[in-house]
Amino acid sequence: MEQLTLLWQFLADNRAKLLEQVLEHIGLTFISLLLAAIVAIPLGIFITRRQKLAGGFLGLAGILQTVPSIALLGFLIPLLGIGAKPAIVALFFYALLPILRNTYTGIQEVDASVKEAALGIGLSKGQMLRQVELPLALPVIFAGLRTATVINVGVATLAAYIGAGGLGEFIFGGIALNNTTMILAGALPAAALAILFDQMLAFLQRGRVGKLRNNLPVLLLGVAFLSSAYFWPQVYAPGWKAGFPPEFMGRKDGYNNLVDTYGGLRFNTTVLNNALMYAAVKEKEVDVISGYSTDGRIKAYGLAILEDDRHAFPPYYCTPILRKGLAEEHPEVVKALNLLAGKINDSVMTSLNYRVDFDKESPEAVARNFLESLGLWRPDRAQGGEALIIGSKIFTEQYILVELFSQLINGYTDLDTDPRPGLGGTKICFDALAAGEVDLYPEYTGTGLQVLLDTPDSVTQQIITEADAVYGYVKTRFRKQYGIEWLEPLGFNNTYALMVREEMARKLKLEKVSGLVR
Amino acid sequence: MIEARQLTKRYGSFTAVYQVSFRLEQGQTLALIGPSGCGKTTTLKMANRLIRPTEGSVWVDGKDVSQQPIEQMRRRMGYVIQDIGLFPHYSVEQNVAVVPRLLGWPAEKIRKRVGELLEQLGLPPGQFNKKYPHQLSGGQQQRVGIARALAADPPIILMDEPFGALDPLTRQQARRDFLEVEALKNKTIIMVTHDIEEAFEMAAIVGLMKHGRLQQLGPPEQLLLAPANDFVREFMAEKASQLELLSITLSGVFSQLAEVAPTTGKGVSMPAQTPLLFAIHRLAKEKTGEAYGTTLKNGESRYFQLDVLFQLFRQTLIQWNN
Repeated sequence: MEQLTLLWQFLADNRAKLLEQVLEHIGLTFISLLLAAIVAIPLGIFITRRQKLAGGFLGLAGILQTVPSIALLGFLIPLLGIGAKPAIVALFFYALLPILRNTYTGIQEVDASVKEAALGIGLSKGQMLRQVELPLALPVIFAGLRTATVINVGVATLAAYIGAGGLGEFIFGGIALNNTTMILAGALPAAALAILFDQMLAFLQRGRVGKLRNNLPVLLLGVAFLSSAYFWPQVYAPGWKAGFPPEFMGRKDGYNNLVDTYGGLRFNTTVLNNALMYAAVKEKEVDVISGYSTDGRIKAYGLAILEDDRHAFPPYYCTPILRKGLAEEHPEVVKALNLLAGKINDSVMTSLNYRVDFDKESPEAVARNFLESLGLWRPDRAQGGEALIIGSKIFTEQYILVELFSQLINGYTDLDTDPRPGLGGTKICFDALAAGEVDLYPEYTGTGLQVLLDTPDSVTQQIITEADAVYGYVKTRFRKQYGIEWLEPLGFNNTYALMVREEMARKLKLEKVSGLVR
Repeated sequence: MIEARQLTKRYGSFTAVYQVSFRLEQGQTLALIGPSGCGKTTTLKMANRLIRPTEGSVWVDGKDVSQQPIEQMRRRMGYVIQDIGLFPHYSVEQNVAVVPRLLGWPAEKIRKRVGELLEQLGLPPGQFNKKYPHQLSGGQQQRVGIARALAADPPIILMDEPFGALDPLTRQQARRDFLEVEALKNKTIIMVTHDIEEAFEMAAIVGLMKHGRLQQLGPPEQLLLAPANDFVREFMAEKASQLELLSITLSGVFSQLAEVAPTTGKGVSMPAQTPLLFAIHRLAKEKTGEAYGTTLKNGESRYFQLDVLFQLFRQTLIQWNN
C-alpha cells in the first residue's frame, strides 16, 4: 500500500518525464515493428514461392532471435553508435522472426484445394495472392505482429541502456539507485503498454477476415502515427544535447539539483550508462555529460570540465574510513594513511586512473610508482601478523586507493594487509565496515552526507557548498553514530562534473556551468 | 470442341501420362476412369495447364491453348475439384461471382447470373447468398463449387472427382441434380472419376487409363462388350462386382424380355439367376453377332438380344441411383 502511494507520488512528480518516456517507448516499438513488417511480410511471401530458401531465412531469423538483447545492442554500438538507431535495428531484428514465420506459415497453411481452385478458375498468381492467400493468412500474420509487438515493448526497455530513451530510463535508474519505486515506475507502464497494444491488435483482428481487411488501412495509419511518437518529445526539447547516467537522473543531488541551482539551464537529455557516456560525448552524439571529475577518460578523450560555479554538486572528497576501534588499537595505521593527506589532487587522480584504464598498468604498479614519486614508498615490513582487510567499491580509482593504503600500511606498520577491492556498491562496503568485517575502505564526504547519514534537508542546504563543513559534519556524525573514523581527506574531489569536448569549450568559450545558461 | 493431342507428362524418368489423345464435340461428356495413379487427374490438369504437358497439346475450337494467355484460357473452362476449394473468406455470392468479377462484368449482370445459377442448383439466393462456406453442408458446398465453375458460362467444364467428397447418398442425389441443371446442358465436360457408375451414368465417352496410357476410349457399352484388352475386361468385371452389378439378374428384368424368339441366329440358353452382366458378356462372345439368349422362369421362356439387354442394364442402374 505504501509502495503504491510512493509510486503514485513518483509518477505525479515525474509526469513530464513519464510522458516523454512512454512516447519514446511507443515510438521505438512501432518504428521497428513497421520496418520489420515491411521486410518480413514480403520476405515471408517470397519464401513460400521459393521453398528451398525458406529454411535458411527462417533459421537466420531464429538465430537473430536467440542473441541476447543486451549483447545485440552491444554489437551494434560500434557500427551505429548510441541512441535510437541501434535500438531500432535491434528491435527490428527481434520483430523479424514472429512476423516472417507467421507470414510463411499463414500462406503455407492456406488449403491446397483452395489454391488449386483459385488457379483453376483463372486467377493469376498475383490475384490469388491478393484475393485468396493474403486474406486467409491475415489472421496468422496478425498473430505474428501481435507477438512482435509484445516482444518489442519488452525489449525496448533495454533501449535506455544505449541512450535511446523509453521506459527503461526509470528501470535502469531505479536499479542503479536501488529505488524500487522508480523501477516500478518504468516496469508497470511498460507492462501496461504491452497489454494495451496486444489488446488493441486483438480488437482489430477480431471478427471475420473481411473485417480485418477493412481495418488494415486504419492499422497502417495507426502504426505510422505511433511510430512518430518517438520524435514528439524532441520537438519540445530544446537545449543542450546531454547524456546523463540513470543514477544522476534519479539522485537528489543530481539532475534536479543541477537544474534548480542554475535557473534557465536546458537539456535535451539522453539517459546513458557510465560506460557509454564518455564515448558518446567524444563521438559528438551528445555535447554535455555528467561525468566523475577524476575519471581517466577525461584525459583520454580530451574533455573539459566545466566549473560548478554555483555549487550545485556537493563535495565528494575522498577519505579512508576506519571501522570502530581500529584507530585506538592501531594508531600507527592512522599515521601511515595520513601520510597521503592532501597529496592527491583532481588531476593527479585523473592521471592515475588514466594509467590503469588506458595504459593498462596494474593498480599495484601505479600505486607503488606514485608512492615512490612522493618518496613515501617503503618495502613491506612483512611481520606476518594481524592482517587488515581493505575493501573498496567497484571502479578503477578505488582499486588504486586500496593498493596505496595497503602499501603504506605494509611499509610503515608491522601489520599485514588483505586487500579486497571491488566488494560492491556503497551500501555493501559500508555495511561490511559497520559490522567489522572490513577494517577500512575509501569513502567520499558527499556520499557520507547524502547516502549513509540520514541528514535533515535543512542541514544539507546549509553546508552543502562548503567542503570543510561537509567533512566536519560527516566526521562528527559517523564517530557518534557508528564509531567509524574518517581520516584526513586525500585531497581530490570526485564529484559529478559537467564536461564537454575541449574543442567545443574553446569555440564557445565555455568554462563554467553557468556558461551553459542561455 | 476440345481436343487433346498426344499429351505426355514426364517427371524425371517417371512417365505419368503417355500420348493420350481424345476429341470431344460440343455437348459431349468424357469420363476418365482407372485405378489410382493411372494418370487421369494429370491428364485433366493438362487440359487447363495446371500441369504443363511435357509433350503434346490441347486445342480448343481449333486453337492451341498454350498460345493463349493462361488465365483467360482458364476462365473459359470451368473447374470443379473433389475438395471443392471454396474461398472460405467469401460468401456464397462472392464465391460464385469470382470469375465474372475478374472478367469485369457489370455488378447488376453478375448479381443476376449468380442468382440464376444458385436457383438452378437448388440454393435459393435469398437464403444462401450471404452464407459462408463453413455454414453449408458438403452437398451444398459442392453445388456452390459447380455454380462458381459455371458462373461465366464457359463452354468447357473440367471436373476432378466432382462428387468424390460426398457420402454415397448425397452423391447420388448430387449426380441426379447435376444432370438436370439447365446451365450444364450443352457443355463439353471432361470429368475424372473412379466410380464406374458415375462414368456410365454421366458420360457418352469413357476413357479407361492404366499406367498413364489410355487403354480404351469409347462409349461405355463398348468397354463392357468389346474390351480392348485383358486389363479393360478385368477392370470392368471387378468394378462391376464391387458395385453389386451382379445382383441384377435375368430374373430381375424377366418381365421386360421378349416373349417371342427372334427368327434368326443361334439361341444360347442361360439360367434365370444369371447376372445381367454375365449374360451380356456371354452374348458378346458369340462371333455371329446375331445370337440371342433364352431363359426359363416359372415355366415361361423369354428371349433377348445384346442391345436390349444393355439398355435394360443401363436403365436399372439409373433407377438404382435415383
